[in-house]
Amino acid sequence: METSRRNFLKLGGAWALGLAILPAVKGFAANNPEHLVNPKAMAGKRWGLVIDMQKCWPRYQAGCRRCFDTCRREHNIPDIGNKKEEIKWIWTEPYGDAFPDQQHELMAEDIKNNPFIVLCNHCDKPPCVRVCPTRATFKRQDGIVMIDYHRCIGCRYCMAACPYGARSFNFRDPRPYIKELNPAYPTREKGVVEKCTLCVERIDTGLPPACVEVCPAKAITFGDLEDPSSEARQLLKNRYTIQRKPELGTHPSIYYIV
Amino acid sequence: MYRDARYIITGLVIFVGLMTFPFWSNAGRAAPAPAPNLDTPAIRQLPAKQCIEATQYMRAYHMQLLNDWRTQVVRDGKEIYVASDGKQYTMSLENTCFQCHSNKAEFCDQCHTYAGVEPDCWSCHIEPKENK
Repeated sequence: METSRRNFLKLGGAWALGLAILPAVKGFAANNPEHLVNPKAMAGKRWGLVIDMQKCWPRYQAGCRRCFDTCRREHNIPDIGNKKEEIKWIWTEPYGDAFPDQQHELMAEDIKNNPFIVLCNHCDKPPCVRVCPTRATFKRQDGIVMIDYHRCIGCRYCMAACPYGARSFNFRDPRPYIKELNPAYPTREKGVVEKCTLCVERIDTGLPPACVEVCPAKAITFGDLEDPSSEARQLLKNRYTIQRKPELGTHPSIYYIV
Repeated sequence: MYRDARYIITGLVIFVGLMTFPFWSNAGRAAPAPAPNLDTPAIRQLPAKQCIEATQYMRAYHMQLLNDWRTQVVRDGKEIYVASDGKQYTMSLENTCFQCHSNKAEFCDQCHTYAGVEPDCWSCHIEPKENK
C-alpha cells in the first residue's frame, strides 16, 4: 500500500484514539478487587467526647490511670522517661494550661488544682491538616483527625500548628521503650509525628475508643456530635460544658463538664 | 604517530576487564532461587493451602496489594477485602497475613534478600514472634 500523507494521518488518528481510551478499557477488563467497610463499623458524621471531670476526679486522685494505661498498651506507646522526648496520646494538664483564657484569680480551688484529662481534640477545623505538606495528617469523613505514618516526613509543621500540644515527635526508635508489645497494633518509627487517633481501628470494627470503654467511673462519653439523639449530645444539652481554647476557632470535638 | 597505541590498548583492556568483573567473577555461580517455606502451624491446619489470591498473583503483585490495603484502611477506613473468589478478609498485616505466614525469615526475608529489596515495613509493623 502506498503511504500517502492522508493515510498516515488517518492511522495516526486511530492510534491516538486507541491510546486515549486504553485506561478505560483496562479499567473494565481488569479484575478489580473490592474493598468494603466493616459492617460492624460505627457510622458517624463527627465523633466527639464529653469528659465529665466531676466523675473522673474522685477516682483519678485516688490513683486511677486506667484510660492512660489502656491507651498506652493498646497502641504501643513508648515510655521514654524523658520529658522532652515524651510520646503522649492522652495525658493531664492543670486547668490553667488546658483552659488559659477561661480562668480568673478567684477560681474555685478544686477546679484550679485538679488535673484535666486532655488528648487530641479532633477539631472540626484542624489547623494541623491545613499545614501538612504531604497530607499525611487528614480529617476523615467521620471527623477523626488521622495521621498516615506511611506519608509523614517528620517536618513537624503540624506540631507547630496545633494549639493544644497534642502531637509528639519520635526522636528515636520507640521499640526499646515499649514495656509490653501489643502484636496486633503497629509501632511508630523514628522521625514521625504521632497522636491520639480516637481509636479509629476500634471504631471501624464497631467498638468505642479504649479510654471510653475502660473508664470505671464512666467519665468519658463517646458519640456523634452531629446526631442530636446521641449520648454525647444529650450531655451537651443538659450540662454546662467548656472546650479548650474556643477563641481560636478550631472547633474542638472534646467537651468538658467541670 | 600512534606510538601510544600499546598504552591506550592496555588501558582499554584493563578498563573493560574491571567493568565486567562482576559478570565473569559470578559466572556459573547462580544463586539458588528461593523456595519459601510454607510450613507454619496455621498453614498446616488449612484444608486447602491457598492464599487469599492465586499464588502466582501473590508472588507478582503482593506489594501492590499491600499498598492498596494500606490506602484503603488508613485513608478510607475500609477494613474488608473481597478476594476474587468472594471470600472476605480483614486488611491487616499483623492480624491477617502474619497469622498464616508467621515465619518471616523463611517466608519474607529469603525472597527479599534474593531480589535485593529491603521493604521497611518492619520498622513499624511487628513481625511474628517466632523470629525473635
